[in-house]
Amino acid sequence: MGRVVLVARLAARDLRRRPGEAALLLLAIAAATSTLTLGLVLRGVVSKPYQSTREATAGPDVVVGGIADRAGVKALTGAPGVVAHSGPYPVVAAALAANGHTVVAQTEGRDSAPAAVDQPKPIKGAWVQSGGVVLEAAFAEALGVSPGDRVTMKALDAPRAPGAKPSARTRGPGRSFRVAGVAVTAAAPPYPEPACLANLCQGDADTGLAWLTRADAMSLAADKQDVGYVQNLKLADPSAAPSFAARYNPPPDASPRAGASGPPPTILQPWQDIREASANLVKNQRRALMTGAWLLALLAVASVAVLVGGRMADQIRRVGLIKAVGGTPALVAAVLLAEYVVVALLAAATGLAIGWLTAPLITEASAGLLGSAGARTVTFSTVGIVTGVALAVAVAATSVPAIRAARTSTVLALADAARQPRRTGWLIAISARLPVPLLLASRVAARRPRRIGLAVASIAITVSGIVAALSAHADIADGSNSVRADRLNQVLLALTITLVALAAVNAIFVTWATALDARHASALSRALGATPQQVSAGLSAAQVLPALAGAALGIPGGLALIAAVDPDSTTMPPLWQLLAVVPATVLVVAALTAIPARVSARRPVAEALRSELA
Amino acid sequence: MNANESPLRAEPVLRTRGLAMDYGQGAGRVHALDGIELEVTPGEALAVMGPSGCGKSTLLHVLGGLERPSAGEVWVAGRRIDGLSEKALARLRRRAVGFVFQAFHLMDELTAVENVELPALLAGRSSGAARRRAAELLERVGLAERASHLPSALSGGQRQRVAIARALSNEPLVVLADEPTGNLDSVATLDVLRLLDSLRSAGQTLLIVTHDERVAATADRLITMRDGALVDETRLTRGTSGSLGDLVGLER
Repeated sequence: MGRVVLVARLAARDLRRRPGEAALLLLAIAAATSTLTLGLVLRGVVSKPYQSTREATAGPDVVVGGIADRAGVKALTGAPGVVAHSGPYPVVAAALAANGHTVVAQTEGRDSAPAAVDQPKPIKGAWVQSGGVVLEAAFAEALGVSPGDRVTMKALDAPRAPGAKPSARTRGPGRSFRVAGVAVTAAAPPYPEPACLANLCQGDADTGLAWLTRADAMSLAADKQDVGYVQNLKLADPSAAPSFAARYNPPPDASPRAGASGPPPTILQPWQDIREASANLVKNQRRALMTGAWLLALLAVASVAVLVGGRMADQIRRVGLIKAVGGTPALVAAVLLAEYVVVALLAAATGLAIGWLTAPLITEASAGLLGSAGARTVTFSTVGIVTGVALAVAVAATSVPAIRAARTSTVLALADAARQPRRTGWLIAISARLPVPLLLASRVAARRPRRIGLAVASIAITVSGIVAALSAHADIADGSNSVRADRLNQVLLALTITLVALAAVNAIFVTWATALDARHASALSRALGATPQQVSAGLSAAQVLPALAGAALGIPGGLALIAAVDPDSTTMPPLWQLLAVVPATVLVVAALTAIPARVSARRPVAEALRSELA
Repeated sequence: MNANESPLRAEPVLRTRGLAMDYGQGAGRVHALDGIELEVTPGEALAVMGPSGCGKSTLLHVLGGLERPSAGEVWVAGRRIDGLSEKALARLRRRAVGFVFQAFHLMDELTAVENVELPALLAGRSSGAARRRAAELLERVGLAERASHLPSALSGGQRQRVAIARALSNEPLVVLADEPTGNLDSVATLDVLRLLDSLRSAGQTLLIVTHDERVAATADRLITMRDGALVDETRLTRGTSGSLGDLVGLER
């Protein structure tokens, strides 16, 4: 017990002695744990609300849709396994104008009386009535309309085949409707996912869902050929919906027969597909967050390892003192590990709190489902994973320096001479032919190859993240869904800023640790005739060269990351952006390292040389 | 030829006027140097002795441009250096000053020859010229066969000889040695003394801070410091004149 108290006391005192470093460690690990928490919280954020919505609205097991083929759609009501149905309901594509926006809406004609299957549940206002339109909740929120507002609707040419784009051409003068209510449904995913009732619209279009009375919906259609029909089926076994749909759907390789004679085939969509589509918006964000979380965790390992390595350079005499007064190597290692484990646990708690608090910023995008806003849940598994990652970061980064410190000879540690530099003969030979700043940079870098490796890894991870973010931006720019793009852009921006900030802190750590470690060599070089500018440039170049290598590695790394995360749709960022990443990285690292390098190079020579004798 | 043997008074390599150096402030203020007036002529070997903390090392650092005096003037080879920029001081050290430290201050990751060639590389010499000069100097200090050894594989005396060779790399006007035998045993001390003596004989200007009377005895002149001030000056003739010269010599 006394031993535990001693370890705790020594660890606490050391942390209090260096609050700035402890705060930086906390920041580095908390950045990773916050992002990871957010990603994990989003994992279950959609499936539960979809289920709630399905139960509250008597959600269909299968939605059947077809163009101008009411009979074909209706024929499935008698299929084996069907126990209830509603519809067929007419569906007309319309251009809906409100608050200065004009967007495509699938307008479904419904009865005022409740339906047995898929009865959308108004969360504001009332259900459809003559002259009144009900908008899907997320669609209404995106348009900024509420019950009592007015919207104008004009018929569009309907798609001639399921999956085809609706025509941009409007027909007729258009009609004004009062917004009667805002409702949720389980028959289509919430906006901005395309509200494609049984795929009656084009997948990538910004298509919302609106409900009118049957008469009002039909009044928008100038031509019967423009009217689609939707029917909702309940099956005896809802889990069999995918196989039921597969049985009646056209073969997957059958192309839409736009313009062909006869009605196009009806399409059946099982509820599981709708649930999947409902998660699409959050899924992309979650994927970005999880990828970002792992990148940040790797970066945190590099940060902590550099910081701990730097502290070891500064702390070796303290280790000697602990051992000289009777501390065992195990005690020394335990004290060092305890410090970082405490910081890691605090960072895990911070990350969990930040992730939990910021989750609604993302989940509110799913306002089209019941209970979305309150869907953030931190489960035991989330707490376990986040804490485990934080501890893993701390232990992975500190165990080697802690064991090395514990094994250091007490006499050498007291003389502060334990960390002998590495010799890299070939680099020393080559550096003799270089200008003085590069000569010094090469030799400083060669003294601590592990630290240089960490610096390269840190920059490579950051640049990989930036390249992946650029690719995602390019992908978004290709699409047309502005709401989805905005949400994903916000997440990507936050991740990129966090990555760059952590990498910047890393670069400063590395320079500080290098300068501290090379203080004797720098002072000696100055005594032998190197100018402060040459030493400063050398220290800075010792960081810039690894940054160059890291940036060069980060580009293929980022492209590989994109391919691994989303093999189906890999979009290359513009070439100029990829090429600009390298010089931009080098310039930023040069700027970040200039100040610590300059401060270190101006330390009085005599003082530095004297301290080596102390 | 030694300066004290020259019929004409040559321009001093080192000269100070009213040199003062203070550390700290208020009640804790320490006068490390207090009104030092000093001249060292070309080819002269000057030893500086005194108790610990009397300001010997500070004097050496100020003369070599590693520290700036609080007051007074420092001249090196006819140029006043106490107001020079750090960059100019670095250039001066490259060209005019060679340092030898008590703790050797060799780069642990560099071999003997790489340590010796470093000042020449910092001065912008080609790598080939720097290496040739380093090899010559190692030959001169008797360590040609140890050129490729790391400092950790050398004895204390050998390390100090490497440090002396390094100090000579750019053919400096003056070598400033701070306790060059302070970390050495008797045998190694004798090796270093022989080397310093050979440098003196070759006309190299030397300023040696030391506690060791045997080292001081190799000099042409000995000054004694106490509490930052010069308190005594003795001219020596290699073991035949002066109080210290009578007591010690290389052959002892």
